[in-house]
Amino acid sequence: MSWGAILILAAGSYAFKALGLLAFDAKPPSPELLSTIRLLPPAVLGALIMVQTFATDDSLVLDARAVGLAAGAVAAWRKAPFIVVLVVAAAATALTRALL
Amino acid sequence: MARPTKIPSYVRDGVILGAAVGLFGITFGVLAVAAGLNVAQASAMSLLVFTGASQFAVVGVIGAGGSPVSAVASALLLASRNGIYGLALHGRLSGGVAKRLFAAQFIIDESTALALGQDDPKASRAAFWAAGLSVFVFWNLGTLLGAMGGTVLGDPETWGLDAAFPAGFIVLAAPHVRSSEGRVAALAGAVIGLAAVPLLPVGAPILVASLGALAGLGYRYWTRNQSGEVALDEGHPSDEDNP
Repeated sequence: MSWGAILILAAGSYAFKALGLLAFDAKPPSPELLSTIRLLPPAVLGALIMVQTFATDDSLVLDARAVGLAAGAVAAWRKAPFIVVLVVAAAATALTRALL
Repeated sequence: MARPTKIPSYVRDGVILGAAVGLFGITFGVLAVAAGLNVAQASAMSLLVFTGASQFAVVGVIGAGGSPVSAVASALLLASRNGIYGLALHGRLSGGVAKRLFAAQFIIDESTALALGQDDPKASRAAFWAAGLSVFVFWNLGTLLGAMGGTVLGDPETWGLDAAFPAGFIVLAAPHVRSSEGRVAALAGAVIGLAAVPLLPVGAPILVASLGALAGLGYRYWTRNQSGEVALDEGHPSDEDNP
């Protein structure tokens, strides 16, 4: 891995971040577009939750993470503090891994 | 003991999230060195690239004997979702162009999710910086430790930490799924993301899942037509909250 490749990756990664953030400086989005943009976070978060739980590389898998997610979801639903949700999910996953 | 100032929960959550991400930084450092990068290169990636999934993709491809070109290409594909985050953060991060160009480097999954969880602009900004800076500090410390051979903790997956993040995202998604259209978008994103996993390269599923927002939009129009309202109504969703 050369320094050149690292710098190209750094520049490209930063360009995505900056372009997204400044995209609407020239022309502010219409209210309709803005309210559509507000629907991006739930769509992306919904995918992140599922993909981080049920995907390993490019295959769908059912493993200990599903148990952790379920336990964390119950904790979240019971309005547990954020750290408790994380710890419950991690503990349930670790326990399942140790038992399987 | 009375505390003079109370730290807002979203700031505390951001710092906690950063510490958890830092443990994966150790793993990244270890894997980076195993894939043939030196300590300076591993640290430079965490400082300059600073988007975890992309960095893992690079060392994964390189470690498996892939070319730097394919490593960088798959990492950039993953990094492109930060562009979507930048769009979603529109109007949240104040300041001139220079200030926001600085803030841009801290746009990642965690800072975006926490910032968008707060409706109040000031709270949203504080949440963004708390998560962004905390992840930055811990991720870079973790990388350095891991690259220098710190494997004391072992694999974070032994501790189940890999499942802590999706669980944490449930909490962060909660404010976005209070509306029906938000729930439709989340569900559509989840389905698209899962369906895309076997079909598309790693990283692309999250990107195409952003199309779930269109499902939410479709639902909005559908319910508007169902209720027989005049479609010319340019009103904001918040108008419905007014008496």
